[in-house]
Amino acid sequence: MIPLSWYLLLSAALFSLGVIGFLIKRNLITVFMSIELMLNGVNLSFVTFAHQWHTVKGQIFVFFVMMVAAAEAAVGLAIIIAVFRARATLAVDRIDLMKL
Amino acid sequence: MHLILFIVFAGCCLAGAINLLVQSHPINSALSLIVVMTSLAVLYLLLGAEFLAAAQIIVYAGAIMVLFTFVVMLLNAGREERTLGSHAAKAVGFPAVVAILAVIATVLLKAKGLGEASLSDGITTTEDLSKVLFRDLLLPFEVTSVLILVAILGAVALARAGDGERPAGK
Repeated sequence: MIPLSWYLLLSAALFSLGVIGFLIKRNLITVFMSIELMLNGVNLSFVTFAHQWHTVKGQIFVFFVMMVAAAEAAVGLAIIIAVFRARATLAVDRIDLMKL
Repeated sequence: MHLILFIVFAGCCLAGAINLLVQSHPINSALSLIVVMTSLAVLYLLLGAEFLAAAQIIVYAGAIMVLFTFVVMLLNAGREERTLGSHAAKAVGFPAVVAILAVIATVLLKAKGLGEASLSDGITTTEDLSKVLFRDLLLPFEVTSVLILVAILGAVALARAGDGERPAGK
């Protein structure tokens, strides 16, 4: 049988890899993908704790997170298209209009 | 058997996540993210969450990643430029990430109350899930549909070419 702490360690590792991707990637779309990776890491720990405590509410929370992630992806990618149309680039270093 | 499945798909998951960071072309990152999400669906099955495994494949690996690959191809996103990036991110970000991961790992490895994943008594059927979702949590579920509707309208409004951007004379 698999210890539940392995699942939680995997979820922490996925979340950390998402944070690292958010910091090092220089492409707007890839930065957005790193955010999805972090959401997936958190979802895995929700499911693990739902299994641990034999409750359904944790899984329902994951369901809602998926819905919000779908809405977020739709709006975020529309924003990326609008940014690309205005600035003709996807590099986050070039999108610095609000930088001091 | 379950242990082998867990090791194989957890390995796929980590390899896909690392590949996402290493690849410099966005389409390769998107494809490795699909690997991560599909492996996570198998891990959900091992935890007895059958509905979530299906939803993970349909919603995440299907809908959301199709949107991602579609945008990557639509914008003709090329190879990523290797720039220095922010110094604050390197100086503060990486030690912070490593520290957080170390703290979480220490806490998890010392925790006593965590059990083991077993499918003998831990399967949550879609029936159990829908009983709670449509009885106790009906209002949040319906509010979610409003959220999705607003997101669709917002996406259309944002992605549509504005009137001011059209070239004059047309």
